[in-house]
Amino acid sequence: MSAGGEGPALTVSVPVERWLELGRFAKDTLGCQYFNFSTAVDWKEQGLEVVARVENLDANFHLTLRTKLPAGETRCPSLVPVWRGANWMERECYDMFGILFEGHPDLRRILLPQDWEGHPLLKSYAVDTPHPPYR
Amino acid sequence: MSDPEARKVIEMGYAGSERLTMNMGPQHPSAHGVFRAILSLEGETVVDIDAVIGYLHRCHEKLAETLTYTQYPSIASKTDYVAAMTSELAYVRAAELVGKIEVPKRAQYLRVIAAELQRIASHCLWLGTWTLDMGGALGGGATIFLYCIREREWVLDLFEALVGARLLYGFHQVGGTRYDIPAGWDKKVRDTIALVERRLDEYEDMLESNAFFQVRTQGVGVVSRELAQEIGFSGPLIRGSGVGYDIRRAEPYSSYEDFDFKVPVETAGDCYARYRVRMAEFRESIKIVRQALDGLPAGPISSRPGVKSVGQVRIAKGEAYARVEGARGEVGCYLIADGSAKPYRMKWRGASFSNLSVLPHILIGCKIADVVAIMGSVDPVFGEVDR
Repeated sequence: MSAGGEGPALTVSVPVERWLELGRFAKDTLGCQYFNFSTAVDWKEQGLEVVARVENLDANFHLTLRTKLPAGETRCPSLVPVWRGANWMERECYDMFGILFEGHPDLRRILLPQDWEGHPLLKSYAVDTPHPPYR
Repeated sequence: MSDPEARKVIEMGYAGSERLTMNMGPQHPSAHGVFRAILSLEGETVVDIDAVIGYLHRCHEKLAETLTYTQYPSIASKTDYVAAMTSELAYVRAAELVGKIEVPKRAQYLRVIAAELQRIASHCLWLGTWTLDMGGALGGGATIFLYCIREREWVLDLFEALVGARLLYGFHQVGGTRYDIPAGWDKKVRDTIALVERRLDEYEDMLESNAFFQVRTQGVGVVSRELAQEIGFSGPLIRGSGVGYDIRRAEPYSSYEDFDFKVPVETAGDCYARYRVRMAEFRESIKIVRQALDGLPAGPISSRPGVKSVGQVRIAKGEAYARVEGARGEVGCYLIADGSAKPYRMKWRGASFSNLSVLPHILIGCKIADVVAIMGSVDPVFGEVDR
C-alpha cells in the first residue's frame, strides 16, 4: 500500500485473484460509490496492469486500485457487478489492450470497428501498423 | 370516431406486440456529433438501446505516446473541441504534477480566466443546440440557438484576441501559459460578460415561462444519486442529481481557492435540473472571471525558459492523475512518465464518455422524442467521447 497522486488518496495493489474482492471492499466498506475510470498499462515483458480509480465523494477520498496480470495473461475479473460504470470503461480496455474481463455482460469493442485486428495501446502494436482499406 | 380500439392506437401510438428496430444516427442532427443509437421500439416507447460510439476515434492515447510534452497540448485541444481550453489544461497539469513544476501565479489566474470563459462559451453552445433539438415545441426553437451562437461568438472573439485562434487554442504549456493578455483585453472581457449576464435573464424568461419546455424537460431522463455515482457522472450532471461535487471546490487547482463562487446543486436529477445547474454556472463563471481580472497578479507567465527543440522538456519518472472541472465535468489525465520527453502512457478520462454511458440505463421506457431531449441535456461532445 502506498500513497500517491494529489489530495487524500491511496493506492492499493492486489493479486488478480483478489481484484473483485477489493472492488467490493472499496465500495461497501470504504464507501467508494463513485467509479471514476479504469484503464490498463502495458509494462512490456512484465505484463499488463489494470488500474481503476474510485472515490468516496462525501469524504473526499480517492482510491486507486491496481492489479498486475502475470506476463502473457489477459484475463481479469470484471468490476461491472460492483459499479455499473465499469461497463464501457472495460470495453474500452478490452478494445485497446485485449484484456478479457471475466463476468462482463457485453464484452465487445467499443471505439474501434468489431473486425479490427490487434489492440492499439499495446506497446507491441506499431503506430504505423497497416490496416485494410475502409469498406 | 367511435372505435375505442382505434382511438387507443392513435393516443398511445401502439396496440400490437411487434417491435420496430430503428437506427438513429450516426449523422443525426440531434446527436451533436456522430453518435448512433440502435433503438428497439414498441410504438413510441424505447425498450432497448445499443449505443454505438467510436466514429471520431483517433487514438489520442497512442498519439500522446509519440508526441513530446511541448507538442501534445495543442493536440489535446482536439479531444473536446467545444471546450478546448479544458483538455489542454488537464494535460499540462498532469505533466506539471509528475515533474513537480511550479506555475507562476499570473499564469494560474490566466488559466482560470480562460477556463471560465470557455465554460461560458461551451454552455452557450449547449443551450442553443439543446433547445434547437426540441425545436418546434419551443415556438421556432432556432431563436434561442441563434442568440446563443451570437454570445458564443463574442467569447470566441476574446480568445481570438488572446491566442489568434477561435476553436483550438494551444494556450497552455507545461509550466504556464503561452500568451499574456493583450492591451485593452481586460475591458473587452468585462463588457462581454456583462452583456452575457444580461442576456441570460432573457433566455430564462423565454424558456421557463414556456409550458412546452417544462413538459419536455421536467421529470424526463431522471438519474438517481446512486446511478450518477456508479456511472461516474460529473460536472453539471452529477450536481443536477443532488451531489454537490465540484473539483474546483473539492480539490482546488490553479488558485481556485482564491475565488468566491457557489456550487449550484439541484436534486430532481431530470433534464430541467441539469438545465438549472448550467444556468446558475453561467453566472458563477462570470463572477470568477471578474474576480480573476480584478486580482490578476503581475509577473511572469511561465516558470521555464523557452526551448529550441521540442524534445528538450523532459519530465522525471513518475505518475499522476490530474483533473479539472470542465464544462461537461471531470476531465482527467492519467500520465505515466519515464524520464524522457514523451509520456510512457497517457489515459484520457473524458467527461462525456462517462456521462454518455448513462444512456442505456435511463432511456429504457422513454418516448422516442425524449431521447433527443435527454441526449441534449447530457451535452456530449464526441471528440471527447471517442478521443
